[in-house]
Parts: sequence; structure tokens; C-alpha cells
Amino acid sequence: MNSKYEVLIIGGGVVGCAIARELSKYSVKAALIEKEADVSMGASCRNSGVCHAGFKYAPGSMRAFVAVKGNAMMDDLCRDLKVKLKRIGKLTVALDREDEPTLHKMKENGDANGVPGVRVIYQDEMRKIQPGVEGVAALHSPTSAIVSPYNLTIGLAENALANGVNFHLGQEVTAIEHQADGDWLVRAASGDTFSAKVIINAAGLFAAEVCKMAGINEYRIYPCRGEYYILDKRLDGTLKCLIYPAPKKHAAGWGTHLTPTVDGNILIGPTAEYLDDPEDFACTAEIMAQLRREGQMLLPAMRGTDFIRNFAGSRAKQTPPEVGGNADFVIEDRKDHKGFINLVGIESPGLTSAPAIADMVSGMVKNHITLTPDPAFNPVRPGMVDFFEELSPEEKADLIAQDPNYGEIICRCEKITKREVLDAIQNPLGARTLVSIKYRGRASMGRCQGGFCIPRIVRLMRDEFGWKPEDFLKRGKTSPMFVGNMRPKGGAA
Amino acid sequence: MSDKKTIPTIQRDVVVIGGGPAGLAAAIAVKEAGCDDVLLVERDRVLGGILNQCIHDGFGLHIFKEALSGPEYAARYIKQFREKNIDVMENAIVLSLTKDRVVEVSTRGKLQYIQAKAVILAMGCRERTRGAISIPGHRPSGVFTAGAAQCLMNLENIMVGKSVCVLGSGDIGLIMARRMTLEGAKVQAVFELLPYSSGLPRNIQQCLNDYDIPLFLSTTVTDIAGRSGRLEGVKVAQVDENRAPIASTERFVPCDTLLLSVGLIPENELTRQAGADMDPITGGAIVDDTFMTSVPGIFSCGNVLHVHDLVDWVSVESEQAGKFAAAYAKEGYKAAANRIQVKPGDGIRYTLPQSVSGEDDFILSMRVTEPGRNRRVVVKNGDKIIRKKEVRLHPAEMIRIKVGKDVASGGNAMEVSVE
Repeated sequence: MNSKYEVLIIGGGVVGCAIARELSKYSVKAALIEKEADVSMGASCRNSGVCHAGFKYAPGSMRAFVAVKGNAMMDDLCRDLKVKLKRIGKLTVALDREDEPTLHKMKENGDANGVPGVRVIYQDEMRKIQPGVEGVAALHSPTSAIVSPYNLTIGLAENALANGVNFHLGQEVTAIEHQADGDWLVRAASGDTFSAKVIINAAGLFAAEVCKMAGINEYRIYPCRGEYYILDKRLDGTLKCLIYPAPKKHAAGWGTHLTPTVDGNILIGPTAEYLDDPEDFACTAEIMAQLRREGQMLLPAMRGTDFIRNFAGSRAKQTPPEVGGNADFVIEDRKDHKGFINLVGIESPGLTSAPAIADMVSGMVKNHITLTPDPAFNPVRPGMVDFFEELSPEEKADLIAQDPNYGEIICRCEKITKREVLDAIQNPLGARTLVSIKYRGRASMGRCQGGFCIPRIVRLMRDEFGWKPEDFLKRGKTSPMFVGNMRPKGGAA
Repeated sequence: MSDKKTIPTIQRDVVVIGGGPAGLAAAIAVKEAGCDDVLLVERDRVLGGILNQCIHDGFGLHIFKEALSGPEYAARYIKQFREKNIDVMENAIVLSLTKDRVVEVSTRGKLQYIQAKAVILAMGCRERTRGAISIPGHRPSGVFTAGAAQCLMNLENIMVGKSVCVLGSGDIGLIMARRMTLEGAKVQAVFELLPYSSGLPRNIQQCLNDYDIPLFLSTTVTDIAGRSGRLEGVKVAQVDENRAPIASTERFVPCDTLLLSVGLIPENELTRQAGADMDPITGGAIVDDTFMTSVPGIFSCGNVLHVHDLVDWVSVESEQAGKFAAAYAKEGYKAAANRIQVKPGDGIRYTLPQSVSGEDDFILSMRVTEPGRNRRVVVKNGDKIIRKKEVRLHPAEMIRIKVGKDVASGGNAMEVSVE
């Protein structure tokens, strides 16, 4: 089947979804295609969830411009999309006098980039922000924030969908052709085709491959894996702000650090390791041991019983391991490939920059087609910002009285109610995997890792939606949860 | 307390949290002790707790002198519970507990507070997960905790896999190795990190040996393969005396399912919230010989207090807790004149209760640190040996020793050790 659009976005990460949402402000026939069964399945669900202030990037660089602008856009965006954002600020710490000049350099950078409120502070003031913090000096950046990266991506996608952008999930791009009529034809592994006047490459780790399909050969992505530990909410509140070590030259990332999440966990990580396979998200014994060791030093209160889960993600780097560091983002409207808008190497701060990148890209789309504002555009996504668990007892009582499904807990660790699980299952994008349910409602994200709630979710899906055991997938078609029924008939007593 | 304006508060003498074997026995004992105003809160739709999914037999050998299945064992207590007309809220979850014994309960349609004179914690335990033990590798589907797989199979009629490895020789893992074999799966092996089994010897015989399922001791899973989505196999390796994997012994075992039976964790979130002092070894509250925690009026029993080997001992312990909680609700707090600390000594991992009054007979429950034969457990009160018992030592088995008040009174410190 062929679907014809004016604009087609390739890739359902935070950047692709931000572009979809930006385009949904206009009367334009647009769609997004994604190879996985849901949006936010690549780097967008595998990162620290930090909205960077933008003081680290070279003045005049693309990264500096989109990070600072994106950061400033985040409050309105998260409010409208019902996504949690916490402006907790960051201390970039110089452990000794040797690192202090780096702080002043970053402060100058920050001022040049237009980052609000960046200051070098010393121990007394540092310890007012984070009691007991080590180090002789720190750069304080009040606009540094934390955000749930997958909630933001899903929020952007759902709002884009509500405003008329089509989403084609489970469609892997295999070929791209420039047709005689000037439109692009995108072929998917399913056999379906998509044609559009403008295509936008937001394929993240696969951006260079998508380029090659369109005949653009100058890019290469070097996947650089980072591993993490997720810690129990017992330690919630330990970190008052983000605390990073001052960066070392040629490092691929910030170095191991602790990051609080908006939901109350703490992440240890990420590490940096160049790999050939962009989707090798395994965690490894050596690096896990390193993270435990470094985590213990950074957070002495941590105990072995605080480990909940490990995960890994890969950065879409343009710099090979022997060069290290970061290259600038490529955001270009290809003159030699008319109607091909190209985003390459959107690693950190991609999450922060996504709204600003989307704004730039919509400007580029206007080079090719007329974008007329859609008067029916509604920026607000329905729902609540907070999970039920975070409400006051009074608010909980009111909700339970209105809808009894709020009175029943499905996920005991995160205290996620049946109503929230039902909402997650019945999400507008139609993503129906267990991971989709997890990212939307947090069910199974707690310390028991689904031991309690997975059987309950299974029962709920069977009783209310008629699911069979074979219908349960973890992430997609290749990750079935179960074999089938044990007996031809039966089920719960 | 202004936020409670719209939320109803009811008063109860005793509230029991959890309707598994511990909560059932405790609630029955409360009623038998003459306290009629008792309410049990259960988060599931039915009473019985984990016993409902334990369809194998072997329960009740000590109490009923017969081998019952889990549901049969539960049914005996549920019958008594019903006959005594004890109040119960099913499908109800406790969201919070204060040190003043205010229980916040959520049910379909209603959130309410219950002010209790005494609270009995009987929430049981949960399973240790892959994340908790940091197994490296991919994160495919097909990795289950053994109890979750047991629930899916026995209660939901769902087959979780065809070719199975089990990590950990805890009892649930052994039971599930047999269960999956009986349902047609190929169970490749059970791997145990320790040099001895974590499960009961009888389960090694009846669940593994009888079905030719090999048990590899001092062996662990070092990697999980399954990049494309479903588990493809595990790497296993022998471990040295420091439990570190020996690289040269690493081998790959293809399988589509990995069951984890690597320990149980008492589920004490409410206990901590109420401010009770915890024992880092048991993972449960610190209690005296009335099973009262450090928070007056809050009692704890069963697997939420310490993980038991047999449900029979859960029932026996919880009856005691119920009796004392009923007395507390009727008579209020009576501080014991003397408080004797009980400490684990050589060869003992923990002892429970952690302190006694010396005014009553009591049962000392304990676990040893390693297996041994022809050894004795010795209880000393100060320097005086007050109790000696010849026992077979196995960390999987709980040892219970009765201590009389005649030898317990006086003194201020007891120690239990292996010699």
C-alpha cells in the first residue's frame, strides 16, 4: 500500500516526534514512520533524562544554539504535554584547583551562549545547594533540569497525532528513491511505500544509513554505548541537584555521574564504549562492576539492595573513537537532494534541543511547501502531570470516588492504579507492548520489576480486551512473552 | 490533619495487613483471644496469598500431620476465618501506615483511614530480581522470577517457555523445575552460586533427582543472550571461593526461558514508613518475644518478619503475634521490666526475636550460616549455657528452639552459636 504525504519524518525518537508536533501546528499532510512497535524505543528511552543548560558547547555552534533555545522552550512544552520537568539546577564540580579554570571557561561559554544565571561558586554556597558535596568550586547552572525522556517523546507524539499527524509504527525503511515527479518514495520492509515531497531524516543511530539510501554518502555514525544502573526510590531526595564532574578533554561524555530522575530514582552512569552494533544494548560485567564501584564513591549511602535494573543506550556520534569528543549537530536542508532535510549526529544534548531543532526544521520545510497555521491546533494534551501516587490523599479520594479504577492498585511498588494501566494500554498511538505500558504508566518499573503486576496486567488484558498469551510482546514481534495456554481451556478459577 | 477532612476515618481494635498464611492465622488468633473487633485487609481478590499458586504438596506436615497442597492448606485457615465471621476487605490495598497506627486503605470506589489500636504486619515477601543481583547481558523476554512464572502457569494457564534454565536453588525454583518438566518443557539445569543448595533437601530429591534435572553447584549465570528480543541462551561459569566466575569454565546453554530463584525479600515498605527499626540481616523488623516492633502497637509475623522455610512455622508464629496484638489492643502498652537482647554468635546468621522479656517461654528462630553435621546450637544467657540442641545444620532450614522462662529470666544478654 502506498500512503502519500507532503512531509514524511523518518524516526520516532524525541527529535522526530518534536518535528511531528511542530508540523501539526500547520495544515499539512504529514506522517512519521518508525521501525519499532512504539515511539521512543531507541536513544530517547536510553539516556539520563537531563535538560542541559547549554554552557558546555562552543559559542556559535549548532549545539549551543539549539540547546539553549530548547531548554528555554521546555517549561511551556512540558506544561502543555503533561510531562514532568524539574528545574533542579546543576553543579559542575572542580574537585581540585587544577579543574577550576575549566569552570571559568564554561562560565564564559555559558555567557556567550546566552545561558541564564551561570555562576562559579565555592564550597559554602555549593554546600547550601547540596549538603556535603565535595570539591573546591563548581559551576552552578540554575536552568539545568530533569525530564522524563520517554514521557516527553510520547507526549509530543500523542499531541502531534491529536493534531493530525499520522504515525506508522513497525515500518522499517529499506530504500529511498527520488521519483520523476520530484517526490520521494520511501519503501518499508513490510512492502508498504510512502511518498512525500519532503522527507526528514531523524533516524538517530541509523541516520547515516538513511542518508546512504538517499544517495548521501559523507556521513558515518559511530555508536557509543553507555551503561546505567537504576537505583531504588529509597534514596529519593539524596540529590538536591545534578552533580557532574568537570569534563576532561577528549572524553566521549561527561564521565560517570549520578542523575536523579523526575520519578525519584537515581541513575548511575553513563559509561562510554564504541561499538559496531548500534543496537547492542547489553550491559557487561566489567562496566557494571565499574559503575557499582564509582557509584559507591559518589553515593556512600547506596547499598547493594538499591539496585533495581541496568540499561544501556548508544550515542549517535560522528567522531570516531580515536578522535573522541563531539562533533557539531548536522541540521541541513540538502540543496543537492531537494526536499531531503537531514539531521545527523544528534547525540547529547538531543533531548534538550529537540523542540528547537523542530522549530528550525519547520522553517526548512517552508522552503519547499507552504505551511499555513491550523486554527484548530490544540497544544494541550489531556490528562494529569502527576501519577496518582504523587497526589494528596484528598485528591486521591476524589478521583477514587469518581472512578473506582483509581482505587485498585495494579503495580504495588510504584502504586500504579488500574485506571492508569488502562489509560496506558489504550494509548492513542495504539502501541500495545508491555514496554509501551511501562513507559506510559510506570507499571513494572519498581523494585519488584513486574513480579507482582505482570500477572495482573495479563489478567486485565485477557478479561477486558480478550488477549491470548501469544498477544503479549515485551518490545515487539521478536520478543514474545509466552508460548501459549497450557490447557486448551481454562484460565483463572 | 486538614487533608483528612473529606476522607472517612473508622476505628478498629486490630487491623491485620495481608491475608496470606500469616495474616489468616494472626486474625484467627486475635479473635480467639477474645478481641472481636478485628479487620483483615487483603490486596488480592481472594484470601490465601501465595499459597494459592503453590499447587504442589508438602504443606501442613507439622500442623496437620498430612501433606496438603497450598490451596488446601489455605482453605483450612480460610474456613476457620469465615466461621469466626472475621471482617475482611478484599481487593484493598494499604497505601500508608503511620507510627500512630493510622492505616490508609484504598478500595474500588473509596479511600479511607482506619485508626487501629494494634496493627499486625503480615505482607509476606517478594522475589529478588535480575536487577537486584546484577546479571549482565541483554534484556530479552523470557527471564522470569520463579514465583511470577508459577503464578502465570498455575493461576493463569499460561506456559512461559519450552527450554528452561533455572538460576538459584531456592525452593520455588526447584518446584518450578519439576512443574515445567511436567508441563512438557525441557529443563536443562539448575545453577546455584553457593557450594550447597538453597532449597530444602527434600525438594532436591523430589523435584530434581526424580526427574534427572542436573544441579550445578558453585555455578552462576554470567551473561544473558537475546539481542533480538527473546532469550536465546545463558552463559554459565563455575565460581571460585570468592564467588567470582572462573572465565575458563564459561559455557553457553541455549534456552528460551530463565527462571530466577535467588532469594526472597520481606516486603517492608509500610514497616519502614511507620518508623520501625529494621534488622539488616532478616530484612524484617526487629521484634521482641511478643512480635511487637520498636513502634508500640505494631506487630510483625510470617515472611514479612523473616523468610520461613515451611508455612507451618509461619502459622505458628503468627498465632503468637495475633495473641499478643489482641492483648495489646485490650490492655495497652505494658513495658517489660527487663529486656534481654538476643544476639547471633558463631555460625548463626540471625536469631529472632531480637530481644525477650524473660517473663514467658519463647521460641528462638534462627538460620545458620553454613551446612554441618553433628553440631550443636548453644544458647547462653550471660555466661551460662541454658539450652543445647543437636541439629542437622542447613542454611535453607530454619531452626526453632524453645526456651523456658525459668532459664531465660535474669541476665541481660543472650547469645546463640554453633559449636
